[in-house]
Amino acid sequence: MKTIFFILQKEFTQIRRNRMMLPIIFVVPLVQLLILVNAANMEMKHIKICIVDDDLSSSSRLLTGKFSNSKFFTVKGNTFDMNEALTEVENDHANMVLHIPAGFEHTLVRENKAKVQLLFNAINGTVAGISSAYAGQIISGYNREIITRWYGVSKTQAGPGMINVIPSFWYNPDMNYKVFMVPAILVLLVTIIGMILAALNIVREKEMGNIEQINVTPIRKIHFIIGKLLPFWILALIMLGVGLTLGKIIFDIPMVGSLWLLFGVAAVYLLVIQGFGLMVSNTASTQQQAMFAVFFFMIIFIMMSGIFTPTDSMPRWAQIINYANPIAYFMRLIRMILLKGSGFTDIYKDFLILLGYGVAVITMAVVRYRKVS
Amino acid sequence: MKHFIGFVKKEFRHIFRDKRTLVVLFGMPILQMLLFGYIITTEVKDARIAILDQSKDETTRKIIDKLSSSGYFIITRYLDNENQIEACFRKGEVKEVVVFEPGFGQKFQKDKKASVHLIADASDANSANLVVNYTAAIINDFVTKENSASALPMQVITESKMLYNEELKGVYMFVPGTMAMILVLICALLTSISIVREKELGTMEILLVSPLKPIQIIVGKVAPYVLLSFVNVITILLLSNFVFGLPVQGSIILLLAESLLFIILALSLGILISTSTNNQQTAMFLAMLGLMLPTILLSGFIFPVENMPWWLQWICNINPTTWFIVILKNIMLKGLGFMSVWKETAILAGLTVFLLGVSTKKFKVRLEK
Repeated sequence: MKTIFFILQKEFTQIRRNRMMLPIIFVVPLVQLLILVNAANMEMKHIKICIVDDDLSSSSRLLTGKFSNSKFFTVKGNTFDMNEALTEVENDHANMVLHIPAGFEHTLVRENKAKVQLLFNAINGTVAGISSAYAGQIISGYNREIITRWYGVSKTQAGPGMINVIPSFWYNPDMNYKVFMVPAILVLLVTIIGMILAALNIVREKEMGNIEQINVTPIRKIHFIIGKLLPFWILALIMLGVGLTLGKIIFDIPMVGSLWLLFGVAAVYLLVIQGFGLMVSNTASTQQQAMFAVFFFMIIFIMMSGIFTPTDSMPRWAQIINYANPIAYFMRLIRMILLKGSGFTDIYKDFLILLGYGVAVITMAVVRYRKVS
Repeated sequence: MKHFIGFVKKEFRHIFRDKRTLVVLFGMPILQMLLFGYIITTEVKDARIAILDQSKDETTRKIIDKLSSSGYFIITRYLDNENQIEACFRKGEVKEVVVFEPGFGQKFQKDKKASVHLIADASDANSANLVVNYTAAIINDFVTKENSASALPMQVITESKMLYNEELKGVYMFVPGTMAMILVLICALLTSISIVREKELGTMEILLVSPLKPIQIIVGKVAPYVLLSFVNVITILLLSNFVFGLPVQGSIILLLAESLLFIILALSLGILISTSTNNQQTAMFLAMLGLMLPTILLSGFIFPVENMPWWLQWICNINPTTWFIVILKNIMLKGLGFMSVWKETAILAGLTVFLLGVSTKKFKVRLEK
């Protein structure tokens, strides 16, 4: 027990004395928390639209008015030349074009049917899809209004019905995307400290030759490993606390669930990734190798964890791979606990899987660790 | 010149002998392409939803059928009462609950007005927004179809056309982004490490006292990476063409020339990092944390720049990747010529000159030390 204490003391002194790395480790992720959280926003509010109104009738003006009054669209230009409008899209000055052909009102009254044309810049398919959905809502609202205008209220009621769609957004009624991103950045923070730093720390001892000295001491390997992993385990949990506090103060993220549960999950999650870090440091002999190996897997795991995009949309095989992705578990759980207030009974399955996973990985890493080089 | 060629040869050997780094070099682009191509999509597909049908009539059944056959949703549960919604969300089982009011069909057919309530789990605001929009669009479509069956007096028909990307495929977004990311990663990260490595191991001194001029050392260091990055550009283009069916619309030569410009820009970033750090760990962290995330997030790769607050848009504008992605989209996807990208090209060229200037200056300072 005393040995562990001394190793811990040595580790903490080392961490404290590394002047170059400390700011990078702690400040950079926190700065990113403050900056990047603002970047990740998919909500479309100002879709730039260019209007080509070749009809110039009262009906067409009513439609263009609907678009310019909508909070989703910003009218960027009015023109009578379709080519000019398309150039606007080419130059990214407009995201879409609304084209009302000449004789629109005439045809609508005479033939009971008239066309309007919508052209979208679909390079970003998601944005185009949302724009199209918004535009569709505006046009069908317009359609009802114009029928009422020509035929009076009675006709709309005689015609077939309409369905009133009422959306409501639980847990985040303001649709504040930051609430979603803050927990994600906290996951990154915990992961970087728990996995990369722990792995690099051990490899550094190897690279510098210090490991030989430790190997010849009576320190048992389990003591050595605990001494190496525990400081980062503690640090990561402290940083999680700091991050949560900042998130609360600056972004006012909700903390509906139990913080004890969150820290419990984080503690178990750290076991898994520290195990991974230890495995990497077992095989790598230089810091560069360790870094690349960790980096290679981290990118995949992070991208697949649902940090920016829903995991539901991934193909089946990717979702199966995700069962082995520890980051995906933590990413999901931290959001569930913080934002939705999920309790232990809601998450116990994931929790037990993580726990089993952690014990397995750590045991494997410890068994494979050799004191003899 | 002979010294220089010898030095470049040495660098190539270094790279080709380090198998692990080679895997990163060539494996990364392929992996990233597949990752983004198949896994990372912002679109809605197979989103899990639950239905609370308090009416259970023909109309609601038709709408439910339409939802489940759309390919966007998987209906995982049918709830019996409103109290179950909360538990359902808390367990993370579904993204959205579609609630039909009692007597829905009756109201729709007789009163011509019925309500459906879409309750979304907005802890993930983006996908909640998407899911609700898709559901609303499907219900809207249902209403339009029902209406056209019986004659409605005046119908406005919308003709939508998706320019450049008719099927709304995700590849159109991620190919330019991935390409930019790979180039930044490989050029900046690997060059910075390779120069710092010589410093850390003490071999930099040997290079500096050799007959090689400082500029030759730098050029010799980065030359292999220019070549390797170029190979990666071609790999990415081939993959996007043959695997994802996305051919280059514009001039390939122009595209390659612009890529070369961006490669040089990224390399000068790498040199700048390596001249301002003195060990590999710091260089790596700086390159990874300082370049990686901004490249992904602050460049319009995943999240549209125009949605960001003004001060972040400003940061995006000094991020070279933002401009490179615009160039790639214009040439690759829209098939435009040089005239459409001259401004972006000028910005990239200016940034390159600036970065190279700063880093050569820094490099000299170090020499005198």
